[in-house]
Amino acid sequence: MSTSRRTLAAAITGAVTFALLASGCSSAPAPGGTPETLTLATFNDFGYTDAMLAEYTDLTGIKIVQNKAATSNDARTNYFTKLGAGSGLADVEAVEIDWFAELMQYSDKLADLSNPDLADRWVQWKADAATDPDGRLIAYGTDIGPQAICYRSDLFAAAGLPTDRAEVAALIDGDWANYFSVGEGFVANSDAAWFDSSGAILQGILNQDPETLESTDGTVIATTNPVVETAYTDVLDAGSTLSAHLSQWSDDWAAGFANGAFATMLCPGWMLGVIEGNAPEVTGWDIANVFPGGGGNWGGSYLTVPAQGKNTEAAKKFADWLTAPEQQLKAFVTTGNFPSQTSLYNADELLSVTRPYFNDAPTGQIFSDRSSAVTVAPFKGAKYFPVMDALQNAITRVDVDQTEDASASWTDFVTDVNAIG
Amino acid sequence: MSTLSLVEERAVRRIAIGHTLNRWDVKLSPYLYVSPFFVLFALTGLFPLLYTAYVSVFDWHIIGGQGDFVGLGNFEWVLAQEKFWISLRNSFSIFLLSAVPQVILALIIAAVLDQNLRSKTFWRMGVLVPYVVAPVAVALIFSNMFGDQYGLINNLLGRIGLDPVGWHSQVVPSHLAIATMVNFRWTGYNALIFLAAMQAVPRDYYEAAMLDGAGRVRQFLSITVPSLRPTLIFVIITSTIGGLQIFDEPRMYDSAGTGGASSQWLTITMYIYNQGFGPAGGGQFGHAAAAAWILFLIIIVVGLINLAATRTIASSGSRSAS
Repeated sequence: MSTSRRTLAAAITGAVTFALLASGCSSAPAPGGTPETLTLATFNDFGYTDAMLAEYTDLTGIKIVQNKAATSNDARTNYFTKLGAGSGLADVEAVEIDWFAELMQYSDKLADLSNPDLADRWVQWKADAATDPDGRLIAYGTDIGPQAICYRSDLFAAAGLPTDRAEVAALIDGDWANYFSVGEGFVANSDAAWFDSSGAILQGILNQDPETLESTDGTVIATTNPVVETAYTDVLDAGSTLSAHLSQWSDDWAAGFANGAFATMLCPGWMLGVIEGNAPEVTGWDIANVFPGGGGNWGGSYLTVPAQGKNTEAAKKFADWLTAPEQQLKAFVTTGNFPSQTSLYNADELLSVTRPYFNDAPTGQIFSDRSSAVTVAPFKGAKYFPVMDALQNAITRVDVDQTEDASASWTDFVTDVNAIG
Repeated sequence: MSTLSLVEERAVRRIAIGHTLNRWDVKLSPYLYVSPFFVLFALTGLFPLLYTAYVSVFDWHIIGGQGDFVGLGNFEWVLAQEKFWISLRNSFSIFLLSAVPQVILALIIAAVLDQNLRSKTFWRMGVLVPYVVAPVAVALIFSNMFGDQYGLINNLLGRIGLDPVGWHSQVVPSHLAIATMVNFRWTGYNALIFLAAMQAVPRDYYEAAMLDGAGRVRQFLSITVPSLRPTLIFVIITSTIGGLQIFDEPRMYDSAGTGGASSQWLTITMYIYNQGFGPAGGGQFGHAAAAAWILFLIIIVVGLINLAATRTIASSGSRSAS
């Protein structure tokens, strides 16, 4: 009997503890003024080193806790889940351009970061894309992805092409047809392919047109837009002889760098670290200050301040500091992520940056030039990401898997897009 | 007299209270002891299950939240999607390619481990090592080995003069590759469960069988397998549930995690994830919830079929043994 009483008491205590635990996770909001810590969530590598964040602590006394997600996709899932739940996001959250438009639909859940002092900080198209229909600036630009052409000078030499980066730039300068025809000349004299992946080339071409997959009012026009279908056909035609038939980011693609599978690739600033990481032993990579069909941007990110946070004012100041030219310059030196801050483009600190792995190429100068060549910001609406995903799958089926021909794969693409609605 | 009866009555009442509590103790305590499991199950199993059913009849978005009531509209939408059926096909194909060889292999390994081996514990622990490795790590290593152009396996095939296999681009090879990862991880685990059951089989049976002149194989088929009936049912049902819910391995099989360009290895759990959280699904929780419930029903049906099948096989086996 005494046992039973004890058991009962224990059970009740247990249940009460459990209930307390379950309901006890909400903590009191921090009182107004300066918070003790701010949280920062990024992905891949933004170049925000511990030393840089410690500088901010020295300046303001606010401790910064950075949480890095492995990939942009992980960050996206986390962001959307917690934005919906209404809690759990960091004070400052990084966003990638590809899913930024999707997030833009919920701009009322993000803090307004407008600040007249910062009006001229970013390249125009970068700031425009971060302004919602009500005119609120909801994100501060970090980096952009102006593209150049990276090439293997050793493979070029073996195939009898020039190797000097100015001569290569002169050779490739022109439209995409010229880039492909130089490629035909290369593959005739080499075992390597001309470019890594048809999917990458396709997005390079599409990023040069203002309206591709969606019209500016948000309607999906990918299946009827002649620009898309022409690009699709051209890339697959050229790809049959020029492509290394690799799918970007696959294990085979990564191995392709070390195996000399291809001689050129489209190269935004952030790609330099990827190339170096995939083929640390290879010598011969270089960068030509040129891009087929004019300039082109690929990728880039923003920092946002979710309105659900308790310290949005302090977070706004912190995001402002992080995206200031001084900090983004340091990030460029660390990672190669090219800054979106215009005042840096004429600064000697940026123009003098070189990269030893790429035969000491003046990356600061090259990407600064490539950035001014970018004149078109393609419209990316809420459906951009899923439609682009379907289009890339269509290319992969023909170029990499080789399980379908171009027209059958296009038909499947149309079906996929209709399912997206 | 009256005083005496009062005292007596009080004593009786006290006994009665004690008696009642005692009765409660006997009747309720067992339930109280097992209740933590059920309380936890209700919180983490039953509640999500019912809530998913609730979500599945609404237009529900990851950020926008609950929308209009749509009845069975989400179920109709899911069932009309070609990708859903492809993912169902893939799940079943990967499940069969993994569960069947796995159970057979595990039985054989367990039978070998059941023999008089030197350093028994070493061998028994050895088969469990793959189980300890995180599935994501297994998937990363295997997807590298199964690379189409530069993978180890195609490299070896090339050495012996065979054509490379499209481990990622083709449907059946990609299922084989994923099933290999699953088998790598689970065969040892199941073998240990079988081993535990085998050691409970009375040794007299084997002695008697040996006296009757039955060989090792005959003993295995006529004594060991029928004696394992409850364990077989357990292993087959758990591997069915696990097999139809397979997620980690196919998701990590390439960097995009969306099941391949023509959905070659898109499984049904990946389909659910993509609908709810994936970049391509658009955060449609209603669709995801409906697909999750369809999967739940399918698993129940397959589980029942399995149960019936294993019962018949195992009981007919034991009849022939007796």
